[in-house]
Amino acid sequence: MAGIISYGAYIPLWRLSREAIAAAWGSASAGGERSVANNDEDTITMASEAAIDCLAGLQREKVDGLYFASTTSPYKEKECSTLVAMAADLRPEIITADFGNSLRAATAAFRAALDAVVSGSASQVLVTASDCRIGYPRSNYEQAFGDAAAALLIGNTAKPAVTVEGTHSLSNELYDVWRLDKDTYVQSWEDRFIIEHGYTENMERAISGLLRKKALSVQDITKAVLYAPTSRAQQGLARRLGFDVKTQLQNLLVNNVGITGCAHALLMLVAALEEAKAGDKILVASYGSGCDAFLLSVTEGIERVKGNKRGVKGYLDSKRPLSSYARYLSYRGLLEPQPGEPFRLFPAATTSWRERNWAIRMHGSKCKNCGTVTFPIERVCYNCRSKDNFEEVRLSDRKARVFTFTLDNLAGRSDDPTIPQIGVEFDCEGARAYLPMTDCDPGEVKVDMPVEMTFRRLYEGAGMYNYFWKCRPIR
Amino acid sequence: MESIKDKVAIIGMGCTKFGERWDAGLDDLVIEAAYEAYEDAGIDPKDIQACWYGSVTQPMVGIGCTHLAGPLKLHGIPMSRVENWCTTGHEALRNACFGVACGMYDLVLALGVEKLKDTGFPGLGAGRGMSTVLEARRTAPGSFGMIATRYFYTYGLSPQEGKRIIGKIAVKNHYNGSLCPKAHFHNRVTLEQVTSAPIIAWPLGLFDCCGNSDGSAAALLVPASQARKYRDDPIYIKGLGAAHSALLPQNRPGFDWLHFEEVINSSHQAYEQAGVKNPREQIDIAEVHDCFTSTELLLYELLGFSPEGKSKEDIDSGLFELSGGLPVNSDGGLKCFGHPVGASGLRMTYEVYKQLQGKAQSPERQLKNARLGISQTFGGPPQVAAVAILGKELGYP
Repeated sequence: MAGIISYGAYIPLWRLSREAIAAAWGSASAGGERSVANNDEDTITMASEAAIDCLAGLQREKVDGLYFASTTSPYKEKECSTLVAMAADLRPEIITADFGNSLRAATAAFRAALDAVVSGSASQVLVTASDCRIGYPRSNYEQAFGDAAAALLIGNTAKPAVTVEGTHSLSNELYDVWRLDKDTYVQSWEDRFIIEHGYTENMERAISGLLRKKALSVQDITKAVLYAPTSRAQQGLARRLGFDVKTQLQNLLVNNVGITGCAHALLMLVAALEEAKAGDKILVASYGSGCDAFLLSVTEGIERVKGNKRGVKGYLDSKRPLSSYARYLSYRGLLEPQPGEPFRLFPAATTSWRERNWAIRMHGSKCKNCGTVTFPIERVCYNCRSKDNFEEVRLSDRKARVFTFTLDNLAGRSDDPTIPQIGVEFDCEGARAYLPMTDCDPGEVKVDMPVEMTFRRLYEGAGMYNYFWKCRPIR
Repeated sequence: MESIKDKVAIIGMGCTKFGERWDAGLDDLVIEAAYEAYEDAGIDPKDIQACWYGSVTQPMVGIGCTHLAGPLKLHGIPMSRVENWCTTGHEALRNACFGVACGMYDLVLALGVEKLKDTGFPGLGAGRGMSTVLEARRTAPGSFGMIATRYFYTYGLSPQEGKRIIGKIAVKNHYNGSLCPKAHFHNRVTLEQVTSAPIIAWPLGLFDCCGNSDGSAAALLVPASQARKYRDDPIYIKGLGAAHSALLPQNRPGFDWLHFEEVINSSHQAYEQAGVKNPREQIDIAEVHDCFTSTELLLYELLGFSPEGKSKEDIDSGLFELSGGLPVNSDGGLKCFGHPVGASGLRMTYEVYKQLQGKAQSPERQLKNARLGISQTFGGPPQVAAVAILGKELGYP
């Protein structure tokens, strides 16, 4: 049966209170807080986090496809799914594809993955969705948007955690929200028009169509996961369809995360699945130049998935307040921080390619003769000098702790002047790595502190972004 | 293996004023150091038969030996450039010694130089071009700060106590530097000033870090048997050690961040050649690599001056002060001279040379009856160390 085998999510650590945004502009606060990706995060790194969360406890070699969906991918030309797949340490012999441009990109990827596993061209496809959209300063969108990622592992197996009972899609050509190829900020038409003739009309048609197709009524649905640009639009739609807003409507997460673009429908779905039990029927609908609607049925398999991951719940609870609106502007590159000391060596396509197994997959080398594990990969063993006699071991998901550290005030950029540089020791034959710590208060760093690995964007140079691993306090 | 002991003598040395030499380029620094050495040795530069030149390529300036041959107008003789992180000056000296010891040359010049103040930033910059990602933000204080953190942790020192201990090293070296005209810094500092200074790379504060300076130093070397033709007080090479570790400390599996094999091995090599059995008792003056005060702290132990974990007691008892039993960095060290990388090993050797001759600049600094001295560098992330042991009498120890 085709369905969802596992799910994962990622919400950045930093939350900006909408009061802080409103205070900066002397405007009204919409209340609550929004998530803000750190200055070393983008949609590729967030998707990698969600992918790894989704794969926790699973055999990664069984995955034979990865899709990446985003309207804000860091590259206009260059596949991002390949990089996410490599950070998640998937096999090279997989199908990869990027889905973009539409707020429905993630559900389009979800449908494509379903089609692939149903047709038998793949048995497991990991769908990742990640967005980091920027609203004009002082606009409602600036407060409403949030940054996050979500992932679903779609497969055709005997017992998926969730089965897909039906789908219904429709396409609608409309300028409601858009960005030109050169735009930083999301543009939109007048709210009253786009909510009524865009969002509400299309969602209503698609959902009604799906229910009709499956001969179900709204009362048969346990939870309706309805993407919406605002709570008001979501509740208006739910009422029109006849849902009980109090019991059937999945929380929009607008109050504590924000609207996270194309990732949002999947993020809400993950939150719904965290609370779901066998037998639940879940309706998912996403909107963007049309609508994709899915009818899902939860099986007993859901319980196996639940314990293994942070998901929305885990990442929602793990948060820190971003100290100011200025910091948000700087993290999004809207204010330019003063750079730290110049970078000496820019990325090169050749070196990135040669070093991919340790730099992106975070593999170390384990000597087959003496067992010594070294990071990065060493061809000649540090301990016994065996040559080319090693196997690669993944360190990105190993337990690790701070062996020693410094808090360096010389090399940081002006919005994050202190770089905690960490000598990390892995719970893996004494293997070590030298990594900056991110998402932390430098003052809290201590020897022996447990840390975990996180894939981040290091810097821009030679016209490329440059990714590597950092460590962070356990979230 | 043969020992280098008493095969080579230094017959002249030169050392520039160290500091922010805005007015002096690389060539000016080279001329200043070389001509002092010529004069000290009483030689004519046309008699120099070969040169070893130490300078670090990036992110500093210059390439090849162009900046040695050009300013000094050394025509048609062999020149080699050496570079090995912070031991570069020692590498120039070491290789020049070998050129003499093997009988190939009778008069050679070893010169180290660095022009740091043309880069536009303080310190040595971030990263070293080892990898686009691995060390992109590594700085020198950041690297050595990690040693300090682990030292404090291993020996159960609170950050306050740890900073107090290394702070005393800064106070000592600043005092010594105040008596040394060629040093960059001449200011004396209090322990309170040191421990309350802004943090550069925790736990290292401003005064725990060495200065950032321009400078050059040079030595003229001859076979020991010919040394007295040039002067009555030549200084003899007693031992030369150098060692490299296989990996950067941060990547060494299971490494304790304290027992740096490069430092231990290089010093053992030199001690063995020189016949030093008990460095704490036998060494009269030591110039060690105080790039950061915490480095000097650890070096006391790795070089065998203090028992493991016991530097603190020797610091508190004043052992390493000018008036102590084993004065360390009597010229103010890197702390007051700064660390123009290629020059430092030779600058330290210059101080040992002058002290052994009884010719230290400014009499308050002159040590009594110094017979055996050591200069030592330790650098990279760190990964390499070098040692030179000098003595004023043939056959001693």
